[in-house]
Amino acid sequence: MKNKEPLILAVVVFFTLATYYLVEPFAHSIMHKHFESEGFAYKDLPAITKKGNVARGKELVMGAGACTGCHAITSQGLEAPMNAVTAARSYGVNPPDLSNAGAVYDAKFLDALIKNPAHALMVEHKFTPESGKSYPMPKFYGAGGNMDQEVADMVAYLQSIAPKADKLTPAMAFETACGRCHAVRYEKWTQIGEKPEYKKKRDELEFNIRVLDYQDSLAKYMGTLPPDLSIYIRSRGEHYIKTFVENPQQYLKGTAMPRVGVNAEAADKVIEYLEDSGDTKRHERESVGKNVMIYIIIFAIFALLWKREVWRDLH
Amino acid sequence: MKDNSRRGFMGKAFGAVAGVGAIASLFAMKKTWDPLPSVKAAGFTTLDMSAYKENELVVEKWRGKPIFVLKQSKEMLDTEDKNMSQLTGKTTEAMDKKRLIRIGDAEYMVTIGLCTHLGCIPGYNQDKKSFLCACHGGMYDDTGMVTKSPPPRGLDIPPFKIKGNILVLGEEGPEYKKMKETGITL
Amino acid sequence: MAHFTKATSIKDWLNQRLAIEKVEKVMASEYWIPKNINFLWAMGMVLVITFTFLLVSGIFLLMYYQPNVDLAFDSVNYTIMREVDFGWLWRNVHGVAASVVFLIIYIHMFTAIYYGSYKKGREMIWISGMLLFVAFSAEAFSGYMLPWGQMSYWAGMVITNLFSGGSLHADGLVEWIRGDYVPAQAFLSRFFMLHVLLIPVAILGLIGLHFGALRIPHVNNQDGEEIDFDKESKKYLAGDKAGSKVIRFANDFMSKDMLVVAIYLVFFFYLVFYHYGFAMDPVNFDPANGLKTPTHIYPEWYFLWSYEILRPFSTNIGLMAFAFAQVIFMMLPFLDRSPNTVPASRRGLFKYWFWAMLIDMIILTAMGKVPPIEPFGTIGFYAALTFIGLWIALPIITMFEKKA
Repeated sequence: MKNKEPLILAVVVFFTLATYYLVEPFAHSIMHKHFESEGFAYKDLPAITKKGNVARGKELVMGAGACTGCHAITSQGLEAPMNAVTAARSYGVNPPDLSNAGAVYDAKFLDALIKNPAHALMVEHKFTPESGKSYPMPKFYGAGGNMDQEVADMVAYLQSIAPKADKLTPAMAFETACGRCHAVRYEKWTQIGEKPEYKKKRDELEFNIRVLDYQDSLAKYMGTLPPDLSIYIRSRGEHYIKTFVENPQQYLKGTAMPRVGVNAEAADKVIEYLEDSGDTKRHERESVGKNVMIYIIIFAIFALLWKREVWRDLH
Repeated sequence: MKDNSRRGFMGKAFGAVAGVGAIASLFAMKKTWDPLPSVKAAGFTTLDMSAYKENELVVEKWRGKPIFVLKQSKEMLDTEDKNMSQLTGKTTEAMDKKRLIRIGDAEYMVTIGLCTHLGCIPGYNQDKKSFLCACHGGMYDDTGMVTKSPPPRGLDIPPFKIKGNILVLGEEGPEYKKMKETGITL
Repeated sequence: MAHFTKATSIKDWLNQRLAIEKVEKVMASEYWIPKNINFLWAMGMVLVITFTFLLVSGIFLLMYYQPNVDLAFDSVNYTIMREVDFGWLWRNVHGVAASVVFLIIYIHMFTAIYYGSYKKGREMIWISGMLLFVAFSAEAFSGYMLPWGQMSYWAGMVITNLFSGGSLHADGLVEWIRGDYVPAQAFLSRFFMLHVLLIPVAILGLIGLHFGALRIPHVNNQDGEEIDFDKESKKYLAGDKAGSKVIRFANDFMSKDMLVVAIYLVFFFYLVFYHYGFAMDPVNFDPANGLKTPTHIYPEWYFLWSYEILRPFSTNIGLMAFAFAQVIFMMLPFLDRSPNTVPASRRGLFKYWFWAMLIDMIILTAMGKVPPIEPFGTIGFYAALTFIGLWIALPIITMFEKKA
């Protein structure tokens, strides 16, 4: 009699794959909007036309630009004028330390941000004239010279003090870009910094209270407390996180989450940080997986040889 | 007829391959039983030795076990010489002075506070300057040296490292290694 | 008392006490299986292996899992996934096996339907198998609660609400099942107990029954042939292995089983290491939040067809349709009125019934996952009606079936 097994196998595989296709790729394509990444090009923002001068930029950042009135630049020895909790009480969120800003944020984005923060961050819907609220960071109206040139100078200065791309660790990228709004408890990260080991319960509770105070201000400012990102790499996945960060409004119209303005390299670093937190054993999984697959194929070959040996007499 | 229970060569080979897989999975199972990294990382305790008072027993905690810290007073150090071990009949001087840890210019008894007999926690009598284990009546002097059976040996000394005024339990410093070589720690 | 003599070997010693040679014959070397079977007959062994994987991986997960609403989520996603050596492996194996086991169960079931392996003395095999399906469903559902993520919580909420019985408003029953007004600590603790003790014990018992039910009627074959097992086994033992229509369970059938298992394991471990996402829903990686329902909630894929039978109707009719879907497969041996135990391809209208049922269930499965928007709502509605219609038609078309 003709061997029907290949046909039966084809039928089983066909129906299995059809079911898989329908409940996974097909169903998810209907449930979730899909957006392609623009590669963090920020096409809606104008290109920088002037070449920045680092020395002039430094003068502006420290002087007329008044950046250091709110921002720390710890790498240059400039501490923040307020601690994180107090700053959040005044502004809703702690203004970022600018030490790494030049490495994390896209230059075009920084340029647009200095000129009109709410526009670059895509949060203008929160700060309409009717709402009576204005974005905590004031627009820069120029220091008397050509404004485009002045802003380009400041961006050039920020880039000059920032660590080189290979010195920027995933944690630095995450802390600068996301860490003032999002906690990552699996990495002991809170919105006010990494939680230290405390020997005394009392010290730990004091730290926790500072975090809670900060979170209260933040939740009031954002409308809700931004989520802990410990395993967002599993719950949302790399593609969603990247395209969401690139343009949060396209997924969630009216969300308080700003466009973060990270450049493509920093976005990869942020993803790496989230993978370290939420998919820590991925390298081990890949290497163990390779070995197991090699073993199981050898196992299958021996199973085939044994079956042949046993069935030689049966046919 | 061929005996069915006697497998052919390929049957044996297949069994061997399956066995290799089973052993490999046992390795993963063994690793899963190991103490967690967080447990191992928590295996260190730092003690600021300047905070202790003479002849006042303080119980610290290291790896879930009680740690006795007893700062020796001048009087305690002087009487050590006169202490006699009821077990050996010899003076204990040779042993017990070596059990103390010198930090700065003070001597401390730092031991695991579990009776070496069956693991109860002995209580300290400040006046008599000795430990009594209520479970089976074992006694130790103020250096943790055993003075009355059944405990087979003095209170165990945990691995330590001296960093100025700080004592780190869980790390092996040169002073600890020296003690270990002479067999005092166990 | 039996008479014991001084043992000549360890084997003899055991033999006198446990009759191991006899047991070996009964269970393996003289447990006769028809020769005209295909790889679908190995699904039983594939299920045994998958169940063993679930058991072993479950043991190691149990060592670190904390059945407490405040700790459960992190004990899984932090302790097991980050801290425990190979914890991720056990979790991936457990999650993937829990999903794949249902694929194999469905293949096993539809094999039995296609070849008529539930008829003429094999009814108890079918019924015990369907009871196993119910027990596995309960096991899967209770296990799904344990990570205490958003899907765990909301699946717990929705499924327990089914017991309110629609207009009956049996809210007391729902609260009794939960031990609380909402799924909370009491609910998690009792589903943990069900998952690690009561249901596994029931499953082990049912597996025994399922295997036992197989012995007297013997395994069916792919040609609908009635085999005289005594005659054929004598022929085999006499040395005419090639001419006999039966083979030993071990090593003859076993070697084929193992080949199928090995090929299955290649597929299985590929999923475990490289494609596990389908078995661990992303939504369940958000911690349970009783004040926020996820945008889309849906059961795991293997429950979708019955969920879809519930969904397109109004509450009461939906619940009745759902209840119908839960029990109707159990009734198959009695609804099929034809005495023919042959493959569906030789059974006239039943052949179309079989493929229609299979395709309808796949459509129901697909529609159960997508949100209830058009045209999916309508497709789901007609697929659900078709499902009920097919079962009503079954006794009629089989009654008029010609003798094969």
